[in-house]
Parts: sequence; structure tokens; C-alpha cells
Amino acid sequence: MITTSGLTKIYRAHRSSGREVTALDGVDLHVREGEVYGVIGQSGAGKSSLIRCVNLLERPTAGTVTVAGRDLTALAGRGPRAGRELRQARSRIGMVFQHFNLLSSRTVQDNVELPLEILGKSGKERSRKALELLDLVGLADKAKSYPAQLSGGQKQRVGIARALAGDPKVLLSDEATSALDPETTRSILQLLRDLNRQLGLTVLLITHEMDVVKQICDSAALMDRGRIVESGTVSDLLATPGSELASALFPVGGEASGDDRTVLDVTFHGDSATQPVISQLSRTYNIDISILGAAIDTVGGLQVGRMRIELPGRYEDNVVPIGFLREQGLQLDVLDREQPVLVKEAAK
Amino acid sequence: MTWSQMQPLLEQACIETLIMVGWSTLIAVAGGLPLGILLVLTDRHGLLQNTVVNKVIGQIVNVGRSMPFIILMVALTSFTRWVTGTSIGSEAAIVPLAISGIPFFARLVETAVREVDHGLVEAVQAMGGNTWTIVRKVLVPEALPSLIASTTTTVIALIGYSAMAGAVGGGGLGDFAVRYGYQRFDSELMWITVAILAVVISLIQFAGDFAARALHRRGARSGPGPTLRFLKAKDPAAGDVGKVA
Repeated sequence: MITTSGLTKIYRAHRSSGREVTALDGVDLHVREGEVYGVIGQSGAGKSSLIRCVNLLERPTAGTVTVAGRDLTALAGRGPRAGRELRQARSRIGMVFQHFNLLSSRTVQDNVELPLEILGKSGKERSRKALELLDLVGLADKAKSYPAQLSGGQKQRVGIARALAGDPKVLLSDEATSALDPETTRSILQLLRDLNRQLGLTVLLITHEMDVVKQICDSAALMDRGRIVESGTVSDLLATPGSELASALFPVGGEASGDDRTVLDVTFHGDSATQPVISQLSRTYNIDISILGAAIDTVGGLQVGRMRIELPGRYEDNVVPIGFLREQGLQLDVLDREQPVLVKEAAK
Repeated sequence: MTWSQMQPLLEQACIETLIMVGWSTLIAVAGGLPLGILLVLTDRHGLLQNTVVNKVIGQIVNVGRSMPFIILMVALTSFTRWVTGTSIGSEAAIVPLAISGIPFFARLVETAVREVDHGLVEAVQAMGGNTWTIVRKVLVPEALPSLIASTTTTVIALIGYSAMAGAVGGGGLGDFAVRYGYQRFDSELMWITVAILAVVISLIQFAGDFAARALHRRGARSGPGPTLRFLKAKDPAAGDVGKVA
């Protein structure tokens, strides 16, 4: 549904000074129809540039953007102004913003009607559609209020209703929940999830909060310094040994108790979750196993368990028990004391 | 001069001021609004970024604003005659007043429009709106309270300028105070006229503030205003001082 290839954005501070900042460095992104795709990264990683390049609010320096089969970069034309074709294409892409960007001079209903005015819809049609959308986001009773009278969560609901006014197939969410408290964040994410399911809406969201990805994303990508470091469906990522995103999505804590110990992260999903592997391992090889940390969580709708265990002896001494665990169909990550890559936090 | 002599003259002066300031304000707003918006749009990173146009308009506005009104009035004499058919009287004074009002208002518009959150512009761009839509539906409505305050300031400035319109026989309250009061050493008359001007200006300021605030209050925060919050914030500090004592 959304494909970018070789997307590059270079900002020049001043034409004369020649100082350049590469915000996007050849980003290839592929968002399939009907999925919720999350791009996560620290601030300055280029997430914002990426999402703003998708509807060409920001002109990419190089590369192409295709949304719903249309090459938007080809429509862009020269110069900073958007031509008619690009504007038409934009009206089919909804966008919600971190700071809501509602017009304070208009009522809630008039805010939702604005995209319809731009599309040239009649007054009757506009108000019917606006009220329908406000009902959909649960704000039917606030139609005549002004944005300043609403809470943050309500404002974002208006923002979402407005983004849906042009019947878009694609919704871009630029840190839509970053200005909201955790409770409101959950309800807004739930709304996005529901809309994704009900309307078959494809959602591309950027965020710096792992919880957002955990709660609603089907797929995710980790961005760092203008590049996509890792990407895939959440379940694939969880099944990838050594995946930074997976361990950030699902962290387990615990430090090794001594030098001559081997620390393993064991991830259970599917059938393997029901096997009594730890006691089997202990009995079969007659070794003492300490559990350093464990957690069970739902990530992207999947039940996943992860456990950090410690075996006596160095890695070389534990090749056989580790082989046994692998045979049970478990995903194992052996933690190297020298470089504890797995606990690196991608988000906070 | 007795009150019965004064009254018709004062009435006449009031009407002249109203005509001069009314028309010149209308023209200043009609000319200054697009000019001010254009200054923002053509600026760097603006929607219609165009350095040449921006610099040219900016320079014209600067020259217009730096010209002392009395000189502008004289310099424009032939232009005024071409427009109104005469170079003396209230109608003739409207032309230089309007011309000095345009750049004045344009700068105020520029500041007001620049204050509009760029996020709103971006939101409308993302909906597929063009520049004209952004001007009409975002920049002007969102800046409206400031634009009204700017208009108030312009009206008051023009009333001030109109006192000099006496130089071309424009009449008006200011000119009345100068000619009948100041130059004839009738200080009572002068102060009465000044007092009338002060009342007029206060009324205009009040009306302008009221309108701007009424627009701003659309969807005002339901909580306490900034003043109240400021007072509340001070309370605990006051309590601490009490404890120490």
C-alpha cells in the first residue's frame, strides 16, 4: 500500500554554508494493505522526515514514494508548491498529528468538515459526513464545541475524524499519542486499531514509545540515523534471534551472578510454551538452573513468554544443554557478557 | 467662543474626522491585508517563497512607514488631485492617510499572520488544500483576533495623523484643536477638543479589545484564566514565608 524505495532526504542549513544533515539515508519501506505499521526510533532518527515524505509535505532529495499504486514523487513536479494532482492524492491520505493541529477558530464539526470543503462537497453532505465521523470516534455530543474546550484525547479523536473525512485508504500518524497520558494513549490506540479493522484502513505510524508498537502494530521497523535497521512483522521479529526490536519490545532483566556462568534468553511461543523444558533440562543434564527474570506478555496479539536463565559454567561447558533447548524448538539468545546487545533500549 | 458658536464647528469637525479616518481605514485594511499576507507567504520557507518579491514589498513598506506624514501629504499632492479631483479638503486628505495606513497595517498583519501555528498550515496541506485555501481558511480566520487588534491600532494612528490634515484643509477634530484652540490661545477650547479625542480613542480601543477578546474567547479554556492561575501559584510560596516567620 505504501512503498518507499531509496528514500533520501538531505537538509541544507544554508545554501552558502554547505552544512548538510542527512535525515533519511536510502529508506526502503513496505507497508502492506490493511496492516498497522509502526516505525520506532529515537528523536532525530528520521522518523518524522520519513512520514512527512510519504505525503510529500517534505520533498525527498532522492527516491520514490508510492501510495496505493500511485507514484507520488512523479506527481510532485518542480518547485515547492504542490500541483493539483499531488493535492488530489493527498486528500486520499489521512494524517493525524502529535499536536492535533485543529483550527481554534472553528467548531469541532467545522474542523471535520474542512477537508470536505476542500474536496468541494455540498453543505448538506459535509455536515452529514462530519456528524457520522464524530459518532464513529465517540464525540457526537461535542460537534458544536470549540477545540479549546476539549481534552487532549478528545482533540485527537477530532483529529482522527478529520483525517477520515476524505475516505482515505491510508492513515499517517505522526506521534499521535506522544502528547497524551498513558490511559488516553491506550484509548486512542484502541480507536486506531478498531478503525483499521472496521474500515480496512492501512495505518503507518511513527512513535518513540515501544508500548504503541506492542499494542497495535502488525509490523514494525526500527530506525536509527536515517536508516531502517530492522523491519518485519512483529511475530517474525520476535522469532528472530538477536533482534533488537524484539528484545526492546519484550525486555527481561537480570544480571549474571558470577564470571563463569552462561546467561540465556529463552523465548517461548506457540506450542513450546507448554513444554516443561526447564525441569527436563535440569533432570537430563543434572545441572542447577537459576531463573534471573521472566515475563509473559501479549505482543501484536500473540502470547509470548521470555525467560532469562543462568547455567553454571562458561558457554563452552554448556554446548550440550543449549543444543537440547534448541532441539525443543525454543528460540535462544546467548548473552555475551562483553557486549550485552540485547538489553540495549531502542526507545526510551 | 461660546458653546453655541462652538457646537456646530465641533460637530462639523467630528464628521470630517469620521469621514477621513473611516475611508482611509477601509482602504488601509483592503490594501494592507493582502500586502501583509504576501510578506509572510513570500518569506523564506513561506508557501510562495520568493526573495525578490519579498524584498521589494518589504522595502516599499519601509519607505512608506519612514515618511513623515506631513511630507507624504505634500509629496502626494498631484496624485491626490488625480484621484479625487482636488488637493484640498477632507476627501483630499483621505488619499495620503490611506497611503500611509497601508504599510502601517501591512506590518501589523505580517506579525499577526506569522503567529499562526505552522502545524495548522501543514494539516491543511496534508488535506490537499492549496495556498489560497490556506490563506482563506487558516491564516486569516486564525489570526482574526490579532487582525482586529491591528485594525484598532491603525484607526487610532490614523486619527493621530488626521490632525495634520489641516495642512490641506482637511478639517477634523485634531485640526480644530490646533486652529481654534492652540493658535488662537483658547486653551479651554483646545482641551475640550483634546478631551473629545481622548474619549473617541478610548471608545475605539474598548470596542476593538472587546471584539478581539470575544473572538478569542471562542472555546476559551474552561479553567481559570492566566491571572487566576498566577495568583494561585503564589499562594504556597506565601505560606512558606509565613512558616519561616
